[in-house]
Amino acid sequence: MITVNKLTKTFGGLTAVSNVDLKIEKGELVGLIGPNGAGKTTVFNLLTGVYVPTAGEIIFEDKSLVHLKPYQITAQGVARTFQNIRLFNSMTVLDNVKLAFHWHDKYSLWGAFLRLPDFFRGEEKMDEAAMELLKVFRLDDKAGELASNLPYGEQRRLEIVRALAAKPKLLLLDEPAAGMNPLETKELMALIGEIRDKFDLTILLIEHDMSLVMSICERIYVLDYGKIIAEGTPEEIKRNPRVIEAYLGREA
Amino acid sequence: MKAMRLRNNLIIAVCLAVLYFGIAYAMKQRMLSSFHQVNLYLMGINIIMAVSLNLIVGFTGQLALGHAGFMAIGAYVSAVMTLKLGQPFLLAVLVGSLATGVVGVLIGLPPLRLRGDYLAIATLGFGEIIRGLLININYVGGAAGMNGIPKLTTWTWLFIFTVATVLLIKNFINSSHGRACIAIRENEIAADAMGINTTFYKVLAFSIGAFFAGLAGALYAHYFFLIQPQTFTILKSFDALVMVVFGGLGSLTGSIIAAVAITVVNAALQSLGALRMVIYALLLVVVMVFRPQGLMGTKEFTLRTLLRQKGGSGLHDYRKQVD
Repeated sequence: MITVNKLTKTFGGLTAVSNVDLKIEKGELVGLIGPNGAGKTTVFNLLTGVYVPTAGEIIFEDKSLVHLKPYQITAQGVARTFQNIRLFNSMTVLDNVKLAFHWHDKYSLWGAFLRLPDFFRGEEKMDEAAMELLKVFRLDDKAGELASNLPYGEQRRLEIVRALAAKPKLLLLDEPAAGMNPLETKELMALIGEIRDKFDLTILLIEHDMSLVMSICERIYVLDYGKIIAEGTPEEIKRNPRVIEAYLGREA
Repeated sequence: MKAMRLRNNLIIAVCLAVLYFGIAYAMKQRMLSSFHQVNLYLMGINIIMAVSLNLIVGFTGQLALGHAGFMAIGAYVSAVMTLKLGQPFLLAVLVGSLATGVVGVLIGLPPLRLRGDYLAIATLGFGEIIRGLLININYVGGAAGMNGIPKLTTWTWLFIFTVATVLLIKNFINSSHGRACIAIRENEIAADAMGINTTFYKVLAFSIGAFFAGLAGALYAHYFFLIQPQTFTILKSFDALVMVVFGGLGSLTGSIIAAVAITVVNAALQSLGALRMVIYALLLVVVMVFRPQGLMGTKEFTLRTLLRQKGGSGLHDYRKQVD
């Protein structure tokens, strides 16, 4: 589904990501892990067009994503969440989700200005679709609240709802469970598995917490100092000496 | 719900009609002095300026300081249409506004790639360039400006255009396209990642704002019959910005209230001469200290909140269908 070849990004003299190869098949749930500062979020930013790669290629469904702008990449079917939550705070929960439907279901500008029938039809369609999605994440009763007034865990969930509203084929989750308590995390992980089946998604997720990734992902890539140092099933990764070294250090 | 919306719209329509006919009657009976009339017209023009600038600064979050430049283009183009080319008023107003909107696109494209303070400086420069150009074009009178523009902005036209501006911009903001603009203000990176073409929507908001500023300029030119480059200095841009900030960034009703209030305060202080600016500035400082978010913040003043009607947005409509 997505193939990344020799992806490299340098900032001045610093190589944040170097020669990264990734290959994800349709329907997979893949984890990307690594210590702090390994370059995980940079990989996401490269995949979603926030940064332009210094070298290398990103092929999504036979089309290169390099040099596309973020909104164009979203239109190709790649959506993401952010590590540091980026909701539209002074918009309602419902409007946050409706926004992501925009490129999909938009009606004409004239319809908006003059309140023509296509405005009402379009709004109704977005309302319905957004409420349906919010229901899946049990946020439907908060639809009228401002996003900033939601508790932390629900803000994280709303980010995922919003990404799903963009109707992606590939969903990138950047530390979806960061800052959640163990119970919330467990629920979220179950939910991620569910939505993959329900929405027919391929998911790549960054997570810090090893145990979590191990329990949910089918395959894992380990990134350290901008390089992929290991790849395999959770079992293989657990036993890989290079991974252990990256996380725990070498015996003196 | 639909009935309630209809009723509210009806109440607003009745209020507007009362306002329109009340003032039309007062004018006919010569109950308003020319001083009152001038300020009445300024009020309408200021409302259009403030509401259109709020779309750019308050809703889309792009700090632009060139609104007087747009007003100047609308004023000059429409004045050339009527005075030099002998075209009818409506056509002149339309062409003036459209020309400003097009200039808005051209001017908007390069600097809207800039952010924050950089955009502010670039648009400030643009306003001054327009003024500099006008001074040097002899066809439009150079520094002396254009004199003897027919006085065609009647109360009826002013009223229609002011109401139409507010209504159209309100409709835009409450649509999917308007949400895209607000999302850019809230978090540009996230808006981009959600599939919003941020450059397109920034330029769109910019040129819609420019279009209506051009409209304000056209109405201004055809009321005061004299326009000069120095009418449209940076101070005029700041006037509009003050109204937007005073009323609340991201509140249309706030902008309207602020435009009316500031016009009234300006008129009331007219007799004080030099002291006027001191009191005016002091007033602004006091408001900013006690209401830093502006009079209305991002809230809107609606009949719904006024009458404390239950069940707000279309969302509740939808829920009722589901239950």
